[in-house]
Order: sequence, then C-alpha cells, then structure tokens
Amino acid sequence: MIATGHDVSVLDEDPEAIALLERGLDRPWEDHGGQFTVGTALEMDALLAAGIENADAFVAATDGDNTNLVIAQIAKRRFEIDKVVVRVLDPMRAQWYEDQGLETVCPTQKAIDMLLSAVGENGSSAGTR
Amino acid sequence: MYVIVVGAGKVGLNLGRELRAKGHEVTLIESDPTRFAAVEEEFEHQAQYGDGSELWVMERAGVERAEMLIAVTGDDEDNMLICQVAREKYGVERIISRCNNPRNLQHFELLGVKPAVSATDLILRLIEHEVPKYGLVHLLDLPQERLEIIEIEIQEDSFADGREVRSLGLPDGSLVIAILRDGTGFVPLADSVVEAGDELLLVLDTGLEEKITQRLGGPRTQPPEARAA
Repeated sequence: MIATGHDVSVLDEDPEAIALLERGLDRPWEDHGGQFTVGTALEMDALLAAGIENADAFVAATDGDNTNLVIAQIAKRRFEIDKVVVRVLDPMRAQWYEDQGLETVCPTQKAIDMLLSAVGENGSSAGTR
Repeated sequence: MYVIVVGAGKVGLNLGRELRAKGHEVTLIESDPTRFAAVEEEFEHQAQYGDGSELWVMERAGVERAEMLIAVTGDDEDNMLICQVAREKYGVERIISRCNNPRNLQHFELLGVKPAVSATDLILRLIEHEVPKYGLVHLLDLPQERLEIIEIEIQEDSFADGREVRSLGLPDGSLVIAILRDGTGFVPLADSVVEAGDELLLVLDTGLEEKITQRLGGPRTQPPEARAA
C-alpha cells in the first residue's frame, strides 16, 4: 500500500517487525511516509498512537481471530471508520461476522476454494461449492 | 437451568462445581489438553475439549438450548467474542463474562457484552469501601436504569449534622433510603435527625453524587433551598 502512495501506519507487538516492513525497501519505512507503532491492538492508547482517529481504512490482521474481530468492531463502531477489513482464519466465524456486516477475508476458505477448483479442473468428481 | 462455562481454570472449575452442587446442568469447555484431562476426571461427560470461541465447539456443547453462558477464559478477546456470538447468533439470554484487564471493560461494553466482571475492579471497590475517599462509597451502579446507590458518611459540623432528613435539601432524583448508626440501620422518616458519624444510604440518578457530597458535606450555613431543577 505504501508503494501505491497511501499513508500506512502499522501497529505490532513486536518491535522487530519493522525489519520485515523494510525488507526490499531502499530507504527506511518512515522515509517512505510510513508509521510504525509498537503496542497491543486492544490498548486504546496504542490504537490512538497509531493514528486510528484519522484513518480512512483499517485492516485487522493479527494472528488471533478473536483479537481481529474485536478490534475491527472497535474501529467500526467507536472510530466510525468506513472501510474495515478483518482477517479471520476460521471459516465459520468469518462467515457469521460477514453476515453481520463486517468485511472479512478468510485465507482458509480461499485455500479451500482454490484447492477445490484445482481438483475440479483435474477432472475429479470432488464436489464444488 | 442449563449453563455453559467456557474456560475451566480456577474460576471456571469452581463455578462449575458450585453450579452442579446447586442442581444445574453444566458443561465446561476447556482448550488446554492437560487441564482438560484433570477436569474431565471430575466432570466426566460434562466436560468438553475444544476452543470455546469456535462455533462448532459451542454447538456441540448445545449452546442453542443453554439458558446461560459464562465466559471465564484468561483472554478478554475470547470472552468478548464467545459472549457476543452466544447472544447474537445462538440467542442465549443470559451471558456473563470475566474481564481480566479492567482497561478492556469499555470494549466489552461496546460489543454489548454485559455484565463483564472484573476481579480487579471488585477489589478496588472493596478497597474504596474500606478506605472511602471523601466519605463516599458506590454500593451499586445500575447503568441501564441510570440509578446508583451510594453510602456517605456524615462529618461533624457538616451541613447534614443535626438536620432532619426533610430539610437536607437534597436534589430531585435522590432519596435517603437508610441510616446506619452504631452498627444498626433503619429506614428514616422525614423528621429523622441525621447525626455526625451516621452513614447514609442514598439512591440517586446517575451523576448527582457530586451535588450530594457538596450539599451534605458542605458548610452549615448554605441556603436551605438549593434544590436542583
């Protein structure tokens, strides 16, 4: 997103995570206009420090489904951010929250779909969705 | 009553025991294999292994027919989600959640998960009760009803000392419901006289406590008619 000219702020518990962000960049993350905050997503102070109040879009993509679903709802309801996307690994939970109006991305379901279509293309009789 | 308890740590396990002893049907859900083994030994078929925030685990436990779900895992996000899903998806009428970090209480509220019980908060309340600040203790908050019950100690030579209840000039929306004196309590009449050292229990609309502390604890010479509009 930073490559396409957006202002991106990343919040992560791990202070070393910035090294990952900078991999492949010619200059430091901040020089590209990026922001990096160390903190826990559920901490209001951390969210505020990361600039949630001015965000146009919010992506919740920690490794915890429940954490993502909680902070996404905070972003949507408390901070009234229009574009909120949540990563949810568990397909059932992803589906239900999607039905409740949260925009979810479920990598597991995506993989299942891809595998199914791959199997289908190979002429297998596996059921398709 | 059928109760599902998610999280079988110290809190969940003892809750399960108590509920069972009171004759309720209980299912304990625990996701840690070692802990589950111990719980299963005691609860047998009333213990189920799994991540209580996964829908199929909840469904397997019969969440649809549960009359109450209590989430007491050590993880606030899990507790919030479990309760939100139990109520909104499965229509469980009564939910109770443990809040491990009181700073997360606002999030529980935002997600409509209540009551959320915070041990830290409870202990703070007890400390407040033992060491009252400004002589005022919150006994009960009913945020939905916008009412609260407070206890206030009457200081010597304050406005209230030696005055009848009817001439305390308390704001509208407040009422003295009991006076505690010398270890006993009574429901006061309009002409009951308040003395220094009394503890007054008042029921009041949320937000009036400052007015009341100022009034009761204020100087003796304030105007008698200071009733709030």
